[in-house]
Amino acid sequence: MKPSINWIMISTMSNRQVLSKAFYRSLPVMAGYIVLGTGFGILLRNAGYGVVWAFAMSCFIFAGSMQYVGISLIAGGAGMITTILTTIMVNARHIFYSISMIDKYKGAGKYKPYMIFALTDETYSLLVDDKGPSEETLNKYRFFVSMFNQCYWIIGSVIGSLLGAVLPFSTAGIEFSMTALFIASFTEQWLTSKDHSSAVTGLVCTVLCLIVCGPDNFLIPSMLLITLVLTLLRAREEKKK
Amino acid sequence: MTAAILIAVMALTTMALRFLPFLIFGKKTPAYISYLGRVLPQAIIALLVVYCLKDVSFADAPHGIPEIIAGGAVAAMQAWKRNPVMSILLGTALYMIMLHVIG
Repeated sequence: MKPSINWIMISTMSNRQVLSKAFYRSLPVMAGYIVLGTGFGILLRNAGYGVVWAFAMSCFIFAGSMQYVGISLIAGGAGMITTILTTIMVNARHIFYSISMIDKYKGAGKYKPYMIFALTDETYSLLVDDKGPSEETLNKYRFFVSMFNQCYWIIGSVIGSLLGAVLPFSTAGIEFSMTALFIASFTEQWLTSKDHSSAVTGLVCTVLCLIVCGPDNFLIPSMLLITLVLTLLRAREEKKK
Repeated sequence: MTAAILIAVMALTTMALRFLPFLIFGKKTPAYISYLGRVLPQAIIALLVVYCLKDVSFADAPHGIPEIIAGGAVAAMQAWKRNPVMSILLGTALYMIMLHVIG
């Protein structure tokens, strides 16, 4: 009997270890999500939708920038088609996050559906190069990191919704936290990678499309142009080989 | 009621975007898709930065100066400490203070 008891102990210990490693890994996202989530909760409350709505959106949509955009859709009483198209435009990048996780999430079993559902910008940037505490616990670890992140996001949006009504100072400008988040990710990616051609492609193509198409219609053209340029860059590289 | 429907539509569309690549390419990933998966994230983050700043008017006062200063502070802080939380908090606080002072 002894070996089996030992085995159980090791297994539960490592479970807890995985949980604490995942918690530690998720810490950088904690404050960011609580700030961003709070900003979202406040804006949603200002638009006339209280805590239940904030909670529901953070549970079921769980996509930061989409939820910010969603406030104006809901408040403006947007139509079904507009809502679908806007969601596709704002969230199209998730297709690419998923594409780059296809190989990594292979064999994640029961953890996989939630990990795919919860693949946000930040979770993606935490997990894309993370090997986890050990190979056999990797997927459990990824699952926990994803879950911790969603908890912060939900907590933040609920806090924001509740605080929004009573905050003694102006919250104007809180929405910059989203911009700051992406600038920080961009800087981090720039510093950690040697090849900047993709980052530069993204920047140049998007600015170009913004100038040509204007601020309301440039997202889809930008994405198409970026994909085209990156495809051409790959073709050129293949030729060199 | 309409709000609940719109939220459900947003949730389902977002899920579809996240799940479809796994459903379509999950069995065998073509080399081209793997390549896109590798290089796209950096370009997309760049796109998101521009997207967030799309409504800033550099021609009218305050000429995007709060965005430039706060955004620069985020990048500098990130390059210095490599701590996204600190960078975000610093940049957002700076931005809110500047808006308060100007407004």
